[in-house]
Amino acid sequence: MSGAPEPTPEHDDSTDAEVVLSVRDLEVSFGTKRGRAEVVRGLDYDLHRGETLAIVGESGSGKSVSTLALTKLIPIPPGRGTGTAHLGDTDLISLSEAELVHVRGQRIGFVFQDPMTSLNPVHTIGRQLTEGMRHHLGLSEAAARDRAVELLAKVGIPSPEDRLGDYPHQFSGGMRQRVVIAIGLSCDPEVLIADEATTALDVTTQAQIIDLIAELQADLGMAVVWITHDLGVVAGIADRVLVMYAGEVVEQADAPELLSRPRHPYTVGLLASLPVLGDTERGDLAAIPGLPPPPTSLPPGCGFYPRCSFRSDERCATERPPLREVVAGHLVRSFYEVPEEQSRRASAATRIAIEPPDVRDEGVA
Amino acid sequence: MSSPLLEVEDLHVHFPVGRGRDRQLVRAVDGVSLTLQPGETLGLVGESGCGKTTSGLALLRLVEPTSGRVVFDGTDVRSLSKRDLRSWRRRAAMIFQDPYASLDPRLPVGESIGEALDIHGLHQGKQARRDRIGDLLERCGLHPRVADRYPHEFSGGQRQRIGIARAIACEPDFIVCDEPIAALDVSIQAQVMNLLTELQQDLGLAYLFIAHDLAAVQHVCDRIAVMYLGRIVEEAERLDLYRAPQPPYTQALLSAIPIPDPVRERERERIRLEGDVPSPIDPPSGCRFRTRCRAVFDACERIDPALQEVADDHRAACLLHGEVGTEVTG
Amino acid sequence: MTEPTHDPAEELQAPDEPSEPRWRETLSALLKNRLAAAGMIVLALLILSAVFADLVAPYAYTDGDIVRRLEPPGRDHWFGTDELGRDVLSRVIFGARVSLQVGAVAVGISLMVGTLIGLISGYRGGWIDAVLMRTMDVLFSFPVVLLAIAIVAVLTPSLRNTMIAIGVVFTPIFARGVRGSVLSVREEVYVRASRSLGASDWRIISRHVLPNVAAPVIVQTSLSLAFAILTEAALSYLGIGVQPPRPAWGLMLLDAQGFIPTGAWWMSLFPGLAIFLTVMALNLVGDGLRDALDPKQRSIIQSRGVT
Repeated sequence: MSGAPEPTPEHDDSTDAEVVLSVRDLEVSFGTKRGRAEVVRGLDYDLHRGETLAIVGESGSGKSVSTLALTKLIPIPPGRGTGTAHLGDTDLISLSEAELVHVRGQRIGFVFQDPMTSLNPVHTIGRQLTEGMRHHLGLSEAAARDRAVELLAKVGIPSPEDRLGDYPHQFSGGMRQRVVIAIGLSCDPEVLIADEATTALDVTTQAQIIDLIAELQADLGMAVVWITHDLGVVAGIADRVLVMYAGEVVEQADAPELLSRPRHPYTVGLLASLPVLGDTERGDLAAIPGLPPPPTSLPPGCGFYPRCSFRSDERCATERPPLREVVAGHLVRSFYEVPEEQSRRASAATRIAIEPPDVRDEGVA
Repeated sequence: MSSPLLEVEDLHVHFPVGRGRDRQLVRAVDGVSLTLQPGETLGLVGESGCGKTTSGLALLRLVEPTSGRVVFDGTDVRSLSKRDLRSWRRRAAMIFQDPYASLDPRLPVGESIGEALDIHGLHQGKQARRDRIGDLLERCGLHPRVADRYPHEFSGGQRQRIGIARAIACEPDFIVCDEPIAALDVSIQAQVMNLLTELQQDLGLAYLFIAHDLAAVQHVCDRIAVMYLGRIVEEAERLDLYRAPQPPYTQALLSAIPIPDPVRERERERIRLEGDVPSPIDPPSGCRFRTRCRAVFDACERIDPALQEVADDHRAACLLHGEVGTEVTG
Repeated sequence: MTEPTHDPAEELQAPDEPSEPRWRETLSALLKNRLAAAGMIVLALLILSAVFADLVAPYAYTDGDIVRRLEPPGRDHWFGTDELGRDVLSRVIFGARVSLQVGAVAVGISLMVGTLIGLISGYRGGWIDAVLMRTMDVLFSFPVVLLAIAIVAVLTPSLRNTMIAIGVVFTPIFARGVRGSVLSVREEVYVRASRSLGASDWRIISRHVLPNVAAPVIVQTSLSLAFAILTEAALSYLGIGVQPPRPAWGLMLLDAQGFIPTGAWWMSLFPGLAIFLTVMALNLVGDGLRDALDPKQRSIIQSRGVT
């Protein structure tokens, strides 16, 4: 669809680890009453072993669909996915439904947003946990049960033997999400996809879950794709970040670089519009005006053009900018970069005027 | 200091659950006191189930409080007759969390706004009503002519603007904003927060801003009250709360909030809270946070801490600052 | 760098033409639904022929020619004749008067009473709800025809009493359905929002609750109209409904049954077909109306109409 030469985002300044997942030219569209909705428009990335890649975007940016499409977890048709996604030597996009069954849950684990709906309310968690292991790993009932207990213990559920017979409603929200993570991990996946995995949780529970996934990742060496809208979460966990807008990556860089020196107007706008703890300013937030374009009628030029405060000439309106590497490992899909001064001003690092309170164990009896 | 617009004293809201012998009481709000000055924004924060939304509903009598006093500009709200309550509602409005559920799907949005005008007889004639609805929409950043459209034709952010237009239609003095931005996308949240601030300045509104997002609360609020399990555990000026949080719960809450700065986020210490919030049916005796508190000591079980002044304009309910409270009996 | 709080990109496309009144929007959406439009045409024809039966029917319904009895459909009698030599077509046309009237009046009674009971019960709750719903349960627990027989037996058989009986029998269906919908609508945030503005109970019920429980009520109404006509048929069949010689579709079916062994199929086919057509048309119109009253469905219908 796009004629623009896309540079391959080969980039390994941080790691020489092997690539576990390599996505190229991924496009996903849906037929709708209002015409074809282009939800993902050409996505490329490499995921390395042990790495955490954050995909950031707002609703409708294509961040969730792009990963769901990898294992055809979206209805096809009306959905249509093209491109390649190599998990090791296997191209996921070319696999049949029957072959995908051995990938989902086994080589790629999922943790979804809502732990209540991703668990089946009428089955015990023991059953839901052992089902995949028996199916994918061919474990006996007793072996699967032992492993289930081990997994529940690993994700921090107290007295796991006693809880195998419990139903999802007998767990709190945070505990349910732990169960979901245990299921996601049950077959030792190479890649764990966490799709807004902590969005429905309270912050203190979110902190527990984030720590948990980081620990498990360090233990098991899997790669994690963390889909989120929360730049705070990204700052804490991500190695690399893809920012998506209107179905395409608008910026891609290592997390510290992206959050301290964003270059795409959308990323800058997003950061600037965010209230930050410790920022003493009280004036208006620098909101991005307008709404994202509907995927059925995307602008002909830059997807962000209608809302952009850095747009300048005809080119922005008519020509789709390519993703180009502006400094090593930092890719931006924009004809014009945000100048350093404005970019720094938007970053949380510069806006924080009061340091986070010191909470080290003073005053503890 | 001028006389407060709103004074809430020892508000309780208890819900019965179950029937007959299994009947139990959920203590959703269990002794909340707060005051609000005209034109001020008070943030009410806490995690889900802490009773912050129920508190907001109860002080507008959208759920009936079990006990306590609510005084609004000299009027005892709880003693108002049904009829007087309805006309009082003109002065105190509410903005709801879910912009998809808070508008009647069968009414054009202009009618949802016009309803407020009709109820209190605030317009003369059809054209005046139409103009006023148009003004309100425009005030909230929408085109006046969208009044004839139905809710499903709008995005979440636009619906929230409509909800705000409805709330200010009767020119209230006070609005309870219940998680007004929680359901919106990040780039839209800032738009709505700016709108709320702008309206406050122009119309002299006082807000009770209920939210779980402390960063947003810190940005829009003058003072912040933190709730845990039906109680307020701390109340302070917005930056004081961040600079010097007193009770261990507030400290843990603040340390759990991710900061979008990788350097600070990765370096700072976190207080890890273990386990879950206890059930509001059977809260712990004494201090409600003692089961998860890292600074717990023997008095915490015995004494139910009261809010006490710990610094200038800064109150906390924690026995670390002196054993002030009610002795637990039996 | 000044940031506008909103810009034209965000505004919805303002409508070009002034919007139509809501009832016209609803009507045009209804007419765009082909099935519903067909249903309306059939219903209109049925009603017109019932009203102008004297002009439309080729014979009077009492006109019998005993010599030409049990004649199959032919040139003089398109639908054939019955055992007394009366024209079946004319009797079907005159029968529409009774059947449609019974359906409309009976369902009208149950719709109004049932909706009222359901609204009070669902909105008020508490002991009122308990009393009303237990009463409805008692009514509901009797077989429909049995209850109707009992009522007609107490009130003496007549057309009016048949309608009352059927109305009473169908009331619990509406009451239960409406109560269920009210219980869920009552908890909607927009109802709470309306209350927060100072709306009275009456306003909340009439502006928010009623329109939002209308969809299931409409479906129920069209179904009940059909069942009411069938119940009238059953009552007449048992001899306690409409009294001969007045023709009613149910009564005609009753008469016809004795002649099925003799091969007089037309006597039962045509009244049966009339009932079938009416029921079908009512259901189509009911479904169409439900969609047309839903703003979301309506805009789908309209956008389809344009492209």
